[in-house]
Amino acid sequence: MSKVELPRDGMIAVVKRDCPTCVLVAPVLEQLATDTSVHLILYSQDDPSFPEGVPDVVDDTDLDVSWTLGIETVPTLVRRVDGEESARLEGWSRTEWEAFTGVDGLGPDLPDWRPGCGSLSVDPARADELAVRHQGGSLRSRRVDLAVLEDDHEAMFERGWTDGLPVVPPTPARVLRMLGGTTRDPQEVVAVVPPDLVECTVEKVAVNAVMAGCRPEYLPIVLAAVEAACTDEFNMHGLLCTTWFSGPAVIVNGPAAARVGMNSGLNALGQGNRANATIGRALQLVVRNVGGGRPGEIDRATLGNPGKYTFCFAEDETGSPWESLAVERGFAPDQSTVTLFAAEGVRGVVDQASREPESLARSFAACLRTVAHPKLAIAFDAMLVVSPEHARVFRDAGWSKARLREELDALLLLDGDEIVQGTGGIAEGMPAGFAGIPLPKFRPGGLLITHAGGTAGLFSAIVGGWASGAMGSEIVTHPIGI
Amino acid sequence: MAASNDSPTVVLDPTGERTAATRVRTERPATLEGLTVGLLDITKMRGDVFIDRLDELLQGRGIETLRFAKPTFTKPAPIDLRQEIATRCHVVIEALAD
Repeated sequence: MSKVELPRDGMIAVVKRDCPTCVLVAPVLEQLATDTSVHLILYSQDDPSFPEGVPDVVDDTDLDVSWTLGIETVPTLVRRVDGEESARLEGWSRTEWEAFTGVDGLGPDLPDWRPGCGSLSVDPARADELAVRHQGGSLRSRRVDLAVLEDDHEAMFERGWTDGLPVVPPTPARVLRMLGGTTRDPQEVVAVVPPDLVECTVEKVAVNAVMAGCRPEYLPIVLAAVEAACTDEFNMHGLLCTTWFSGPAVIVNGPAAARVGMNSGLNALGQGNRANATIGRALQLVVRNVGGGRPGEIDRATLGNPGKYTFCFAEDETGSPWESLAVERGFAPDQSTVTLFAAEGVRGVVDQASREPESLARSFAACLRTVAHPKLAIAFDAMLVVSPEHARVFRDAGWSKARLREELDALLLLDGDEIVQGTGGIAEGMPAGFAGIPLPKFRPGGLLITHAGGTAGLFSAIVGGWASGAMGSEIVTHPIGI
Repeated sequence: MAASNDSPTVVLDPTGERTAATRVRTERPATLEGLTVGLLDITKMRGDVFIDRLDELLQGRGIETLRFAKPTFTKPAPIDLRQEIATRCHVVIEALAD
């Protein structure tokens, strides 16, 4: 941080000539600056020869004093006592200025009140440079100079920092802006990121969030997603290594989702919403860049799936007939959370005919049975994303989410005789020892039910999971901080 | 802010910083004795005059030389040419300007 010298005690005014209010109050400023009982010290943002009648206006054209004091408006009066600010006044108001300075009869010919003008230190054209000058030194990440003759975007591809799509160059100014999205200390370690087991700070997450295209207000959600993904239970390392399709899907619940403009409605699982797209991508970039998890190296997916670029959406809570995913998993409705699920691709469930919940539940069960393979049970989790038109069938019939689960559990109790290896002329299946034993398709807790989507379409979605529970990935719900 | 055309962009390293940000240059050899010197003519005017003279001087000292030329000075050397120089020579001298 640049050193700025400020008077230990006394009164300061920050002004600029380019401000009509400052020009208006120039006679008052001259009076106060020359009144030895007040001894006002003037700082000019644009022209130290203003006001003319004050000989020793301090030059603050580099705006270091204005930035340090956090000036947003000119004129601003600041009183300092024992090296600390004790009071502040913005704009012109005769009565307030008189009370502030203890001098009566200020500017008798002036209007009673005038608002101030914007401070140059918050001008968008200057603010970034000021932030870098004053706070850039707090950033610990290694600086990398991209040469003048290099194309910035090509240079970042060549360094292996991208997922195959262009990234936003993480300049110090952008990273500082991103860090403004959280109150957390930039050097706080958020998680130890696999596979390289690297300690990842808030700053490193911010760097990757910039690259992913996030806005600063998304950062707390990204931080929560990184924390959740890097737990032992979620097992990001294993999820990377597997030859299976899956990658981390992030489901956002609570007020944070609407606050940052996430999509839980039409095309919720698709493209086009910046928050959905970039939050999921930021998590993947952290795993790639900080953790070193790259395809062809630790990531051994046979085919992968497009969701490994990004897979993030919000649950539609207001339109849902049920308690939210987060509430079901033990969180208060006003607590924002991320739920991490080891997701493979999205597949559709068509049922345009069922008007009774029993019938629709049977459709869901028939399709859910095919997750991974119709003859495999317990080993894979799944997420059912129920659309509004399908949810209406359950709402109209008064079915709770628990009731739907109960029905699905019963419908998905598979007959061991039908699914052991070799039956149906298919070598794949459960080991022969399961013959004669009823087997649940999903382990307890292995089926997530959420609500999202547009209001037209009698379609829901099934998202298959990966090896479930302790042998693979546990579904993790984590609170979003600030 | 993004870089202007005449100033480099400084970005923050997004990685775990386990590898060097820049590659270390190969050390300059103490002597050319026993080494093969590549002489690269970028085909700019009179570069060949300079290269011819260097060739003469080096051969006079018993140093093996190999001659190369870029198809055009306006573009980077083709990757095959760079590869050939890298595999056949220990050092390279390039005549850059006329």
